[in-house]
Amino acid sequence: MNKTVMRAGWSRGVTELRQSFTNGGDLFNHFFWPVLMLVVLFLMRDVSFGDGEFELGTLVLPGILGMNAAMAMVTMSQLLTADREDGTLLRAKATPHGTPAYLVGKIISVSVGVVVDLAIFLIPALFIIPGLRVGSSEAWLTLGWVLVLGLVATLPIGAVLGSLFSSTRSQGLLTLPIMAMIGISGIFYPVTSMPEWVQGLAQVFPVYWLGLGMRSALLPDSAVIVEIGDAWRHLETVGVLSVWAVVGLVLAPIVLRRMARRESGSTMAERREKALQRVG
Amino acid sequence: MTTHERVVLDVEGLRMRYGTTEVLKDVNLRVHHGEVVCLLGPNGAGKTTTLEILEGFRMRSAGRVEVLGTDPAHGGDDWRARVGVVLQSWRDHGRWRVRELLAHLGIYYAEYSTAQIRRPWDPDELLAAVGLTAQADKKVRMLSGGQRRRLDVAVGIVGRPELLFLDEPTAGLDPVARREFHDLVERLADEQDTTIVLTTHDLHEAQKLTNRIMILSGGRIIADGTAEELAERIVGEDEVRWSHDGQSYVRSVPESTKFAFELFRKHGESITDLEIRKTTLEDTYLSLVRQSTGEQETVPEDAAGAASADSEGGTVR
Repeated sequence: MNKTVMRAGWSRGVTELRQSFTNGGDLFNHFFWPVLMLVVLFLMRDVSFGDGEFELGTLVLPGILGMNAAMAMVTMSQLLTADREDGTLLRAKATPHGTPAYLVGKIISVSVGVVVDLAIFLIPALFIIPGLRVGSSEAWLTLGWVLVLGLVATLPIGAVLGSLFSSTRSQGLLTLPIMAMIGISGIFYPVTSMPEWVQGLAQVFPVYWLGLGMRSALLPDSAVIVEIGDAWRHLETVGVLSVWAVVGLVLAPIVLRRMARRESGSTMAERREKALQRVG
Repeated sequence: MTTHERVVLDVEGLRMRYGTTEVLKDVNLRVHHGEVVCLLGPNGAGKTTTLEILEGFRMRSAGRVEVLGTDPAHGGDDWRARVGVVLQSWRDHGRWRVRELLAHLGIYYAEYSTAQIRRPWDPDELLAAVGLTAQADKKVRMLSGGQRRRLDVAVGIVGRPELLFLDEPTAGLDPVARREFHDLVERLADEQDTTIVLTTHDLHEAQKLTNRIMILSGGRIIADGTAEELAERIVGEDEVRWSHDGQSYVRSVPESTKFAFELFRKHGESITDLEIRKTTLEDTYLSLVRQSTGEQETVPEDAAGAASADSEGGTVR
């Protein structure tokens, strides 16, 4: 990749990150979900699951980590649509090497943002929830590769979704299927207690596998009994997430190029006119 | 201003069709290095479409287009680095600070720096040039309309382009902001030797800023020349008003001075209230556009816009 793309992309990513953590509205977003999840965890801390061997809170904490990582997909999608609407993408197109640098910048700012969000949640959570393998370096290593692979699987798909939606308003349509996907993914309640067809469906999406990967990292080995097939299934995790990653990485450049090709001053003005009409 | 022989922009037989609507029928134009030219025309005449084709943002239906020696439909990053674009309205990067944004966008142009043209423009010098030094640390979205417009120009020229496109740069500016903007464009043309192509609705602006005016109407360039040359083409239909024996007269004549002389020679001192109004650019413009639209309908603006939205692959890169 070109040197300018890396330099400019890095500069974009760092600037956007700084903006995101020095701005009231964004800071609220960074803290809202982690704090809400901490409250959920706090309320769950004494609820036991099944025959009382595990606290539900302990099972849920790693799942929440996985879910938050998967949400990078939604963030990416929303940012892309917003940037198309306000002309940031068109500006990138009018600049030499602008579009690839824009993408590099987005990937940096979104993924570092996610890692910070995870820390905002995880660090206080460790004080609420006992029984996690926080002392083991192997646990952190697993957490690391699951997170990286998870981002590679979800960010390109997010970019594809962002290119498909033409306005920030229509982005709202995405919320419902995402909520449904999270609901069945075994994040808040072990997937093995759900009907089998739901289990099958859950295993299609990356959220389930990110949750499973995080549980395999942080939970003691004995907790494996609540999982499908009583196994952590690392191989399958890598497999499914890789398929999502490949699909995303193949589709994203095609869809993005198609979208960028259609951008021009008049298409942007037209979109704005439509948006204003809806308001008026 | 030095006008060299080098052709910067060369368009021959340019056509653009959206569905069944032909917006550009046969556009021919040529711009030389260092020129400041204006594309003038009624709403929906295809000014923005023409500009977008030249900027490489839209694929044409037919014709030959060369911008800085390259077909803009296939212009790569090297070509992009030499072209500056200021669209009608930008709202991007609202969260960035003014200086921060200019410094960032400069990064992209550093690799195109040459001995003749040092790229990019230093952000502080650039801020001074467009008169935004006091706003350097302001967030972009907090700028006023005039300041935002000047920032757009700053972004357009941060890579020291050889050719700059300005699409209705002063639309919506108050008289003071407009004047400041004119000064900026004049300085760019004089000091930076930038070739500038701009569109406008403002005839005085066209006359004031540019060496050459091209009138686009009915999908064709119907007139091309300096403001004076265009006025001559309508062969001086100056308006002469006078009173004689308590009656007023109005007459449009080609040679008004001679006509007045004849008038005095015939009637002597009994001629009163003599008034001669030279053809203005506005008269010329209106009469030219009337002539051309009398022959063919102009395309209504929204028809062109709506058609562009669903024309598959109608745009480039």
